[in-house]
Amino acid sequence: MSPAGDPADETISAHPETVPLAVHDLTVAYHRKPVLWDVDLDVPEGKLVGVVGPNGAGKSTLLKACLGLIPIASGDIRVYGFPYEERRDLVAYVPQRESVDWDFPVSVLDVVAMGTYRKLGWFRRVGAKQRANALEALDRVGMADLAKRQISQLSGGQQQRVFLARALAQDARVYLMDEPFAAVDAATEEAIVTLLKELNRQGKTCIVVHHDLATVSQHFDWVVLLNMRIVAAGNVADTFTQENLEKTYGGRLNILNDAAHALSHVAR
Amino acid sequence: MNWTSLDTWIFVTAALCAVACALPGCFLVLRKMSMMGDAITHAVLPGLAIGFILTGTRASWPMFLGAILVGLLTALFTQWISRLGRVDRGAAMGVVFTTLFAIGLILIQVAAHEVELDPSCVLYGALEFTPLDRISIRGWEVPRAAAVLAAVLVVNALLILALFKEFRLSAFDPALAETLGYRPNFMHYLLMAMVAITSVAAFEAVGSIIVIAMFVAPAATGLLLTRSLPLLLLLACGFGILAAGLGVMGALTLPPMLGFKSTSVSGMMAGASGLLFLLAWAYNLLSKGRASRTLHSDSLVSQRVSES
Repeated sequence: MSPAGDPADETISAHPETVPLAVHDLTVAYHRKPVLWDVDLDVPEGKLVGVVGPNGAGKSTLLKACLGLIPIASGDIRVYGFPYEERRDLVAYVPQRESVDWDFPVSVLDVVAMGTYRKLGWFRRVGAKQRANALEALDRVGMADLAKRQISQLSGGQQQRVFLARALAQDARVYLMDEPFAAVDAATEEAIVTLLKELNRQGKTCIVVHHDLATVSQHFDWVVLLNMRIVAAGNVADTFTQENLEKTYGGRLNILNDAAHALSHVAR
Repeated sequence: MNWTSLDTWIFVTAALCAVACALPGCFLVLRKMSMMGDAITHAVLPGLAIGFILTGTRASWPMFLGAILVGLLTALFTQWISRLGRVDRGAAMGVVFTTLFAIGLILIQVAAHEVELDPSCVLYGALEFTPLDRISIRGWEVPRAAAVLAAVLVVNALLILALFKEFRLSAFDPALAETLGYRPNFMHYLLMAMVAITSVAAFEAVGSIIVIAMFVAPAATGLLLTRSLPLLLLLACGFGILAAGLGVMGALTLPPMLGFKSTSVSGMMAGASGLLFLLAWAYNLLSKGRASRTLHSDSLVSQRVSES
């Protein structure tokens, strides 16, 4: 309503449609205790982004807030320049494995086909096309032969790959993954790495909460250091430094040792 | 055993009740919300009572509406109290439903003088008397309770058939449902509304205490035997009907054998449901020895395959 300048113009310049995920002044609190404080983040397109920080730093909360899963105290979140609600089909979410009951009576294919529900819409049933999409996604994580299995019969790593396949079936442009590498076997870790590289080649943006500092420089090309606030965000080479890690993790010695180990990887 | 045409109607009514409850019951059990079902079936009592007092008759629309409203309020209050009071959901539920149940009992005691209504029938149901109260549908005389339960059964079955994908998604992974725009909260309250409607319809037959056995036991029994959701729904319906049959037969044969004069069919049904659960559990336990051996060797094979 201000007479000076065109507010519509300003909206466009403030929310560029080329940025997959733009977070501004985001604050999230549980029972009035802040978990995320004044977070500003612009994730560039086509990057493999690692989100690291100590326990309780708000890494999962950041993903959930971006997806509208938890209420935010203040702030603005844009997906390609628009609120998440208007760009749901561009975003796929891989929650932590423990977030669901793996004894639930569904088959692997049923779960992966859930990724196609967004395009399917209310009341419509999963058909041959959705089943084919789901099978293809399962194939990409090397689990096509287990499609008919009940999910209660899967190992932890296989569960993780089912979740990844489900996100692939969503055919999104931005992938938000919450600790996909947590407690998985070597085969699954290999499968996830291959998949991330493949998504990266296709120009997709992957934002991955990660706990293992030693592998950050191996897996990611961009990194977000988070501890309630954004400590630093940028290219791994410039941002993943001893100084920034100390700021993120404080004076916790054992973690700093991990960091030193991680930095030796960077140096090599 | 002396089976009469009245007993056939009692069985039909009991079976309709069991199936109408078993369908939403499967999703209650899968969402680990069995006790929420218990809370709602108790809490609809004041809604029913106010319906009675206002209209003076049973099975009227105001009664259904009142019960659905109170049922949804139970779910809503529980959520509020556990969030704002920071107590766990079980405690919040305990506070809400006992309070509403108590209010309902008081209302019924007050109203019992004016309306023909027996508090013990409210608690345990009166399946034995349902064939006496008949209505005529296209010239066909059927017990009113059976007609009401059949209608609710059809509504439940159609809703689950039409929204099977949505019910399964929001029960399995509500966070994903939310991100996909499927409104798991709406599905939650839809399920709660179905439970409330079903418990109102079932309440005349089996009462507000025993009805929870109809919701939970067949689903829990089915879940011991299958890991396929469509099969689970069918099994739960089957176990419900079986429990109804065993309940009616038990009520006819057991009291003379044990020297009692009479018994409650709904109680017998609940007992039969428990017995079926026990049998399924024992079967599961016995077959598990074999199953786990095959599963173990299977997983070893797949592990070797993935390693190579």
